[in-house]
Amino acid sequence: MSKHHIRVTINGTLYEDDVDARMLLVHWIRDSLHLTGTHIGCDTTSCGACTILVDGKATKSCTMFAVRADGRQIQTVEGLEQQGKLHPIQDGFHQEHGLHCGYCTPGMMMTAVALLRRNPNPTEQEIREGISGNLCRCTGYVNIVKAIQYAAEKMRASEQVPAGSGEGGE
Amino acid sequence: MIPSSFDYVAANSIPEAVALLQQHSDEAKILAGGQSLIPLLRFRLAAPSLLIDILRISELEYIREADGALHLGALTREAELETSSLIRNRYPILRDTSKGVADPVVRNWGTVGGNLAHADPANDHPATMLALGARVVAEGAGGQRVIPIDAFFTDSPFETTLQPNEILTEIRIPTPAERSGGAYFKLERKVGDYAIAGVAASLTLDPNGLVTYAGIGLTNVGPAPIKARDAEQALLGKPLDDAHIHQAADLAATASQPGSDRRGSAEYKRAMVRTLCVRALRKALARATGGE
Repeated sequence: MSKHHIRVTINGTLYEDDVDARMLLVHWIRDSLHLTGTHIGCDTTSCGACTILVDGKATKSCTMFAVRADGRQIQTVEGLEQQGKLHPIQDGFHQEHGLHCGYCTPGMMMTAVALLRRNPNPTEQEIREGISGNLCRCTGYVNIVKAIQYAAEKMRASEQVPAGSGEGGE
Repeated sequence: MIPSSFDYVAANSIPEAVALLQQHSDEAKILAGGQSLIPLLRFRLAAPSLLIDILRISELEYIREADGALHLGALTREAELETSSLIRNRYPILRDTSKGVADPVVRNWGTVGGNLAHADPANDHPATMLALGARVVAEGAGGQRVIPIDAFFTDSPFETTLQPNEILTEIRIPTPAERSGGAYFKLERKVGDYAIAGVAASLTLDPNGLVTYAGIGLTNVGPAPIKARDAEQALLGKPLDDAHIHQAADLAATASQPGSDRRGSAEYKRAMVRTLCVRALRKALARATGGE
């Protein structure tokens, strides 16, 4: 089995490692780098708990090999908070009770961040379609949608580049 | 789960990828977006000893019209087809199809070429490409050849007529003549599931409203993607009134070969082919006559 040297920037920090070809990106992020905010839910590309941003695109990190991330920019949930200040999406999930057990939350927030960058003023329908690859089994979608709407409003009101979006633009 | 071990190499050009395939064709597999192949590897339903990654060959990502055809680079992502204004305005059937593939996160990586080359009868683009009369371009050690889409799939699942040393590089779709329209309808239990059934329909009408071209493709109702030839034939030269729409839909249902499984009984799926075919033909007609 081939081993590969990779250099990947995650939340602004450059990580280098030698990985087996078959190492899944989510396992590298969690088990080698100990960035355990990114969750593993289904392991079948269904649930979206492992969603991260790769070069700005929402990505199921269980469906990508670490070797394919070489040279790319990654953002995980740990990169949302900046200088002790929550990202508007985190604030939204807090304010609107957008989480119940919290398992889907990191992936849900990363998908939402990518959605709001592309579409700063989404309709409820666009939000629901946008998060349709992320499953919440606490049946909490109503408040998740509200949390994303809250963040959208805050981000539009501030009219500034939201914290944590410095890396990996589209 | 963790895939079986394999070697990995990222190709930087088509000739490089072809050369690697030539050397290792028996044990190698092409990795594009990976959204079908990586799950298969994780389940250990596939265990190639070499993966040839072609995703960094960025010149295979394009959507452009030239010489009477829409040219799609094989690595064009589903998300690009979904958001392209050219696709939205001129080929809405392709947007219908991409929006039905898996979920929005998967569509950031899933490629249209991969969706075809994987040849899963449950994939959505095969039916649409059959309806559109697409052609695919294959590059191999012997050069390039163009394969009509109905000669690309076989009667078996996960099988194409690509040679072991060939790579699918482009899809060509005839630019729509005047009074043309198409639509894809998919019935699914939930977002991200395979189709219970799916129907793609593409039409061209003459100035009197008579059908001069009809293409109908079916998703996930047989061992391979199905082209409903009898239904297509029955529409030629006919007006697209209710009687002819229903006749074609009945023939499409007859052409389907569904099995019973947890997505429904064979009888139910056949009935859904009939219903979806009626809807797809009506939508295609509306689009051909300037509506939505």
